Order: sequence, then structure tokens, then C-alpha cells
Amino acid sequence: MAALTKEETEALIQEVLEIYPEQARKDRAKHLAVNDQSLEKSNKCITSNRKSQPGVMTIRGCAYAGSKGVVWGPIKDMIHISHGPVGCGQYSRAGRRNYYVGTTGINTFGTMNFTSDFTEKDIVFGGDKKLAKIMTEIEQLFPLNKGISIQSECPIGLIGDDIEAVAKKANKEIGKPVVPVRCEGFRGVSQSLGHHIANDAIRDWVLENRDGDESFPTTPYDVAVIGDYNIGGDAWASRTLLEEMGLRVVAQWSGDGTIAEMEKTPKVKLNLIHCYRSMNYIARHMEEKYKIPWIEYNFFGPTKIAESLRKIAALFDETIQAGAEKVIAKYQAEYDAVIAKYKPRLQGKRVMLYVGGLRPRHVIGAYEDLGMEVVGTGYEFGHNDDYDRTIKEMGNATLIYDDVTGYEFEEFVKRVQPDLIGSGIKEKYIFQKMGIPFRQMHSWDYSGPYHGYDGFAIFARDMDMTLNNPCWKQVKVPWKTDDTSKVAVAAGA
Amino acid sequence: MPSVMLKKNAEGKLVFYVPKKDLEEVAETVEFDTPEKWGGEVLLSDGSKYYFEPIDGQPDFPVTLRAKRLDSGE
Repeated sequence: MAALTKEETEALIQEVLEIYPEQARKDRAKHLAVNDQSLEKSNKCITSNRKSQPGVMTIRGCAYAGSKGVVWGPIKDMIHISHGPVGCGQYSRAGRRNYYVGTTGINTFGTMNFTSDFTEKDIVFGGDKKLAKIMTEIEQLFPLNKGISIQSECPIGLIGDDIEAVAKKANKEIGKPVVPVRCEGFRGVSQSLGHHIANDAIRDWVLENRDGDESFPTTPYDVAVIGDYNIGGDAWASRTLLEEMGLRVVAQWSGDGTIAEMEKTPKVKLNLIHCYRSMNYIARHMEEKYKIPWIEYNFFGPTKIAESLRKIAALFDETIQAGAEKVIAKYQAEYDAVIAKYKPRLQGKRVMLYVGGLRPRHVIGAYEDLGMEVVGTGYEFGHNDDYDRTIKEMGNATLIYDDVTGYEFEEFVKRVQPDLIGSGIKEKYIFQKMGIPFRQMHSWDYSGPYHGYDGFAIFARDMDMTLNNPCWKQVKVPWKTDDTSKVAVAAGA
Repeated sequence: MPSVMLKKNAEGKLVFYVPKKDLEEVAETVEFDTPEKWGGEVLLSDGSKYYFEPIDGQPDFPVTLRAKRLDSGE
């Protein structure tokens, strides 16, 4: 069945909003929109990066999640102390599957959990002494660490501990970078502010470390991959393509990254930004301070990969441009075979997405390469500039939802009846129980990589495996009578 | 008095970015934009107007400067 028209989508939004009390309805209405490609600016149709309504089920995280979980956590040779009560660190431990090379516990620490384990006593008397002691202990137990970051949890800000002073003192004692990050969970409206705080901490405590030191030999083809967290090996799949076209990847921020790479980043010629939302701040800073240009790129699906490779190559000389064409040609047979195999099985299927701050728009191209259509998308913590970039990627009259609530998402799905939903673990089982195929698009559902040409083959296989799984025919949800399935707009398509 | 990050885009136009507001706009006109003097009123493509204290010579873009908001354009 055909997709919803603009009027139908608008009516759907109104219908879903009806259940809210007046105040909440007014607020939520600003966050839901029908896409209109003719709009230049998203602020005409959608409001984003605002505090969630009390009482609704939001799917967002906190500033600590943004800093420790996303930006700092994957830096493998540093030890990241979750400073505060034990839970935040333990529940976020190794949560994003940021793969890395190294021996955990010896020279890399990615999947370990270091915490100051606050108790009542520390809240009452302050935790600075404990923090200093922890750092001495870390030095004794893990002498091969290359630095320490202190990731504040909520109580640190509330009791007013001076972690900066402790960090400075420890830095003198152990002679390695010690970075205090003020990413208390209560700051901001979502994890987005945590990214910003983490970027600022890198700017203030790491980036300048090698200013004036010219001992690192540079080439005209040095680039840094920024905002790729190597989930399931994503950064590796991206890096090989860049290296094959003749560029030298000096740093990976921050998946499989090291602090030495970060310190060397100001020496590169170009910053490549994958996750714009979480790392544009540092790219903008480097552009201003070190005059390093930056561009966004997208390594999901062959169309976007080719587009991005050419865009990157255009900023270098002919050897790189020829290199880009060579890479595209080299993999063509491979990705054509993937499309030939999976497109017939996936053609015309409709997808709804609700992810974090980048994928709601970045993966659209990959789905389209497989003949699928994205009929609804939304960000947990996107800002206006993210929606600006989304409007052009999405079809007309498709749904856009910002910081969607559990209720709204379920209602949209019931009416739009997509063939596949891509979102996070909290949404997964609800929709699977509703009988709708689901992929976790935060962690690739324990699969991956999805970036690059290698990743695209895995992406296509995973989508097919989920969508065409025979189990969905066996699922008959108890509340679904024959009547309701007729009402559904696009059931069976 | 927002801090504004200014840079030139590929077409040589001035891009105006206010981090706190996620405002990223291309500047339509700049009052003084000569090698000797730069600043004054800046009109953005969304209709809003900002004022920069004029300075001697071109700033070294990209650069962060303080601006005064004159007109929101609404």
C-alpha cells in the first residue's frame, strides 16, 4: 500500500497528541513534524534539544553517558574513573562494544570498570582524598596506562568536590595526563551536553600537549578520523578505505584510539567528521586554532561511500583523487553482488528509525541502496543543525520525531506499520512482541561493522536475516484480531 | 552578546555559527568588508542582524568574535 500522504501524516500526529493534557500536548507538538524537503531550515517545523516533559517515557541518556560512554570511554590506553557511586560505571561498562587492539588490563583498559565507589561517608566528607588515593593505586597496579580521566557522576557536582585540583596534583606526581571531566549526569537535557563537555575537556587538557613539538614527521596526506567509535569494528572498516586511497590516518577519535593519537591530531591536514553531533565542537576548535579544515562524511552504503570518498579526495591532489576512484572501482564487484543478492529480498520494505544523533540520517542511504524506504526518523538528542541536514535526506511527507516518547513511538508504529524498526535495546522487545522485525541500531545488535564496503555486506545480511526471518509468521500477538489488521494502513504492503 | 564563530565556506561566503544556539547561517551582507576595515552590521540569510565592532584589516578566519544582536528577523 502507498505511503501516507502529508495530510494523513499530519492527522496521525494530531491523533497521537490527543491523549496528552493541554500543556504537554502543546510542547510535544513542537517536536513532531511532517518532512517537507522544500524547507531550508528545520527550526521552522521542529524544535529540538529541549528538556523532556516530566511523566513521559523518554529514551535519552545523561551527560555522563555522553562523556564516559561515548567520547572518552573508547580511548583505550587511558583509565577512565567513574567518579561517584558504583552503578553508573558498572551499568555502562563496555556497553557500546568499542573494539580495540591490546591486552586488557595490561596496556588497554576499554572493557574494565574503574570507579571510586562512593558511599555515604564520601558524600558527607567529600571524595577528593579517595580520588587521589585511587590514582596512586592505579599507577601501582596498571603502570602501562598512558593517562587517567575522571568522569564525574552526579554527586560530584552536588557536593562540590574540587576534582581539578586533585587532577593537577596527580598529574605532577605521576607525570601523565590526568583529565577532570565535569560531566555530571544532571547537566543539560540529554547526553549531547556530555559530548560537548568531553570535547571541551579534550580541548583544555589534551590537545595542546604537543604544541611547539615538531618531532612528529608529517606528510601532506595526514588526516584524522573523528567521531567514529569503532562499534563492532566500524572505524577499522572506514580506515582501510581511507588508507587504500592514499591518505595516512594519524588519529582515530576515539574508537580504538589512544591519547598519543589525540595529541598528534593538531598536526593533521584535514579532520574527517563521521559523528557530527558528538565531535563537531572539537573540529570547529581545531579549525580556528590550528587552521585545520574539517568535512563531514558518510560511510554507510556504497552510494554515500563513493560520494564521501570523492568529496574527501577533492580536497587533495590528483594522486588521492585517482586513489579514490581506484578504491570505488576495486570494491564495485563486491557491493554489486551484495545488492544483487539482497535487494530482491528487501525491495520496497519500509523502515522506521529512532537513534541517537547521527544515524537517523546517515543510514538512510544504505537502506535506499537496498531498495528500502525510510518512512520515519528521529533523534534522541539531535540539535537543529542535525534536523537541517535530515530534511534533505528524507522523503516528503515522512514522519520526523524529536525525543520521541515511548507512547508516541508505539502509536506511530501501529499506524505506519513499518516492516522494520531500527532503534535501541529499550525499544527492541516492545516491538518484537508487537510482531515487528527489529534491529538495534546503536550497537548493531551485537553485529557489525556497518561502515565501509565491508560493513555494507554485513548490514545487508543483517537486515535480510531480521526481516525475512520465518519466526515473524509465527508471532500472533494476543491483542491483534483480524479486524485491527485490516485497519492498519499498510499492513502487508 | 553571543560569541560567534566565523569562517569562510567553499564559495568564499561568511558562515556564522553560534554554538549555544546551534545557529549556522550564511551571511548575506557585511557592512564593512574591505582589506582595510571589517565589521559593522551583518545580515544573515534568515533575516536576523548582528553587529561587530569594526576592526582594521580582515580578521584571520576562522575566528571567534563577540557580536551584538540587533534584529531577530521575526
